[in-house]
Amino acid sequence: MDMKAPEKKLGIKEKYRLLTRDLAWQPTYRSEKEIYPYLDYEGIKIHDWDKWEDPFRLTMDAYWKYQGEKERKFYAIIDAHAQNNGHLNITDGRYLSALKIFLQAISPGEYAAHKGFARVGREFAGAGTQVACQMQALDEMRHAQTQIHALSNYNKYYSGFHAFAETRDRIWYTSVARSFFDDSMASGPFEFLIAIGFSFEYVLTNLLFVPFMSGAAYNGDMATVTFGFSAQSDEARHMTLGLECIKFMLEQDPDNLPIVQKWIDKWFWRGFRVLGLVSTMMDYMLPKRVMSWREAWEIYGVENGGALFKDLAFYGIRPPKGWEDAGKAIDHMSHQFMLGFYQWRFGTAFHSWIPSDQDMDWLSQKYPTTFDKYYRPRWDYIKRAEAEGKPFKNFGLAKLCQCCQLPCVFTEPDDASVLCHRQTTHKGEIYHFCSDGCQEIFEDEPEKYVQAWLPMPQLFQDPVNGDLAAWMDWAHLTDGLDNGEYQGSSDQRNFDRWRGLATSNT
Amino acid sequence: MQIDLRTVTIEPQRVAFDHLIRRFGNKPASRYQEGTYDIQAAENLHYRPTWAPDQELYDKGITRIVMRDWYDLKDPRQFFYNTYTLTRARQQDAVEANYKFIEGKGLAGMIAPDLREKALSVLVPLRHVAWGANQNHTFVCGYGYGAAFTQPSIYQALDNLGIAQYLSRIGLMLGGLDTLTQGKEAWIGDPAWQDLRRYVEDCLVTRDPFELFIAQNVALDGLLYPLVYGDMVDGAWASEGGSTIALATQFMSDWFDETRKWVDAVVKTAAAESAANKDVLTGWIASWGERAARALLPVARLGLGDQAEAVMDERRADLAARLAKTGIKL
Ligand SMILES: [Fe+2]
Ligand SMILES: [Fe+2]
Ligand SMILES: [Zn+2]
Repeated sequence: MDMKAPEKKLGIKEKYRLLTRDLAWQPTYRSEKEIYPYLDYEGIKIHDWDKWEDPFRLTMDAYWKYQGEKERKFYAIIDAHAQNNGHLNITDGRYLSALKIFLQAISPGEYAAHKGFARVGREFAGAGTQVACQMQALDEMRHAQTQIHALSNYNKYYSGFHAFAETRDRIWYTSVARSFFDDSMASGPFEFLIAIGFSFEYVLTNLLFVPFMSGAAYNGDMATVTFGFSAQSDEARHMTLGLECIKFMLEQDPDNLPIVQKWIDKWFWRGFRVLGLVSTMMDYMLPKRVMSWREAWEIYGVENGGALFKDLAFYGIRPPKGWEDAGKAIDHMSHQFMLGFYQWRFGTAFHSWIPSDQDMDWLSQKYPTTFDKYYRPRWDYIKRAEAEGKPFKNFGLAKLCQCCQLPCVFTEPDDASVLCHRQTTHKGEIYHFCSDGCQEIFEDEPEKYVQAWLPMPQLFQDPVNGDLAAWMDWAHLTDGLDNGEYQGSSDQRNFDRWRGLATSNT
Repeated sequence: MQIDLRTVTIEPQRVAFDHLIRRFGNKPASRYQEGTYDIQAAENLHYRPTWAPDQELYDKGITRIVMRDWYDLKDPRQFFYNTYTLTRARQQDAVEANYKFIEGKGLAGMIAPDLREKALSVLVPLRHVAWGANQNHTFVCGYGYGAAFTQPSIYQALDNLGIAQYLSRIGLMLGGLDTLTQGKEAWIGDPAWQDLRRYVEDCLVTRDPFELFIAQNVALDGLLYPLVYGDMVDGAWASEGGSTIALATQFMSDWFDETRKWVDAVVKTAAAESAANKDVLTGWIASWGERAARALLPVARLGLGDQAEAVMDERRADLAARLAKTGIKL
C-alpha cells in the first residue's frame, strides 16, 4: 500500500491556515451577533476577517519548544543570581528605586495585558486574529511572572518591594499606570488593541524596556537584564501584532480611519504620560547612566516613532496630535517629576534623593537649555534648606489630573515658567487636567473619566491632624522603611555594609 | 560592572512578599504562589467596561458561583508559565518522535483501510470540537475571577489549540488534505455531528465563566476523552490493528489524565464552599451532561458501532463516580 506524506507538500502558509483558521466554522445554530457581541459598538467596520495577515506563523508545538528553551535559561540565571547574592553587584542601592517602581507600577500592567488579550482573543471573529491574541495573552502572563520572580530576591533584602500587590491598588503614583491599563480594558476590543498593541508595545515598550534594560546592564543588575532579554522576542511578536491590527482596521473600511486616528492620538498621550515615570528613572535613578531621557527619546521615540508613522501615512494616518507637545516636554519632564517625587517622598514606597553635584553637572550637560535655567536653582534651594536643617517636604498633594492621574506638575508647552493647568466643567462638577491632551481625552468620553478613582488626595491635605499614619497603614507603606530619603535609609545602610563585607578582605 | 564578591552570609530582611506571608505564614513562597496569588488588581478599579457598563472590570458577579476567596481554587499541578511550558515542551518532543516513527516506518499504510477511515471520521471533526474548547477556555480566562482560577484556563485554551493542530496533522498524515475537507463537511452537515456542534455553539454564547468551565471540562470532555481515546483508540481500534493511532494520539490521553486532576480540584473546592454552589454545580452538570451524552452517542456509533449505547452508559457511570468524589451527586 502506498501512503504518501501529503503533509510535506503543503506550503507553510497553507499548512498554517489548516492549523488555525480552518479550525473555525461559520456557526448556524447561533448567530454571530450572539457569539461576538462587542464587535460593532465602537463603530469599526470589518467586512472580511479572512483578509487578516498572520503576523507570525507559530503553531503550539513550536511555541512550547521555543519558549521552553528561553524559560530554562531564564530561571537558571535568576536562580544563580539569588544564590550568589547577585544583588550586591548593582552599582549602588539608589538603583533599587527604579526596580521598585517597576514592580509596583509596570508588572501589574503585564497581568492586565494578559487578561485583556484573553478577552479579545475570544471576542474577535477571525480565528487568525484570535490565535495571535491568545498567544500574546499567554506571553503577558509570562512577563508578569518572570518580573515578579526576578525581583522576588530583591524583596528579601530591601524595602519597598514587599507590598507591591497592595501598593498597586492603593498608592498614588501606581494609579498612573493602573488607570492606563484599566482604561484600555474598559474600552472595546478594537480600542484595546490600539491601546496595548500600539501604545504599550510601541510607545512604552520601546522606550521603557530598551533603555531600562540597558540601564540594568550598566548597573550590574543581571536579574532584570535577563527578564528584559528573555522577553524581547515576545515583544517583537507583540509589536508585529499591534501593527498588523492597525493596518487591518484601516484596510477594511475607510470609515475606520478617523476612529483609529482618534485612538492613536489618545493612546499616544496616555502612554507618554506613563513614560514620565521612565524619564525619571533614566535621568535620576541610575547611579551609572546609559543615556539621558532626551537621548532615548531621540532614538526610540523620534526615529522609531517617525518610521512607524511614515509607514502608517500610506493609510492616511498622521502622527499623534500630542506629538509636538511631547517633544516640548522632553527637556523638562524628568526634572519636574523627580522634584515632585522628592518633595512627596514621605508617600512613596521607594527612596529619592537630592542629586549630587556631579549628577547635576551631567544633567546640565544633557539638558543645556533647561536644567541650569529652571531646575538646578530649585535643587539648590532644596539643598540649602536641607543644610539649614529645614528639610523641604510637601505634605499637600497637587491636584491630580483626572485623566492621567499625575499631579499637575507640568509647565506650559511654550512657557516653562508657567504651570500648566486645564479644567472643564461636566454636569456641574469641575475636573482638573495636566495638559490639553488629557483634557481632550476626558471631553471625548466624560462618562468614563468621571469614574476615575483619584488616590486619596484628601488624606494628604492635613497630615498634622493625624491621618497620614492611617493612610500609610492603609497603603501598606512602612514609614521610615519604604519611604523617604535614600541617605540614611535601611537600604543604604544594608547595601553599603553587605557590599563592604563582600568586597573586603577580612 | 562585575565585582568579585566573596561569599558572605547576609541576613535576609524578610522571607516573602507581604500578601503571601498573610496567606501562607512567615515562610518562603513557591514560584507558583508568587506568580498566582493576588496578582489581579482587586480594588479601586477606575472605570466600568464600556462594553458592559453593568459589570466591573474584574467582576465576581458574572457567575452564579460564589466564593469568599477565589484564590482558593488552586491548581494541584501548581502550573505557572514556566512549569506549564516546560511540561508541554517535553510532551511535544515525544509527539514529534512518535510522528517521525510513524512516518519513518510507514506505519500509516499498515492500518487497515476500513479502520483508518473509521478513525479519521471520528478524529478529524474533533479538531473543530477542540477549537470550540479553545474558545471557551479563553473566555474563562478572560472573564473568570482571580489568577488561581483563570491562569490554568489560558493554558487549557492553548492546549486545545495544540490538540486541534495535532488532530489536523493526524488527518494529514493518515489521510491527506481531502480528509480535512471531508471532516469539516461532516462537522457542518453530517447528522452524526449536529447535536455536538449545537452543543459547542451553545457554549459559545454562554457568558457565565464557571458554567462554561463545567460545560466544557466536566460535561463534555469528561465523556469525550475517555470515549474517544480510551474506548475507541486504546480499546476497539487497537484490537483491530490500529495501535499506530494510539501512538499518534498519546498526547491527548496524557493531557486528559493530567488536566482532570485540576478540573476535579476546582469542582471539589467550589462545591465544598456552600450548599448553594453545590446546587448550582449539580444543576449545570446534570443539564449539560445530559446534552453532552446525547450529542456524543452518534459519534460513539461512528467509532464503536453496536457497542455505542453500552459504552456510553459506562462512561456516564464513570463520570458520575468521578464526580461523587468531588462531592457532586447526580
Ligand atoms: Fe509584556
Ligand atoms: Fe508585550
Ligand atoms: Zn494628565
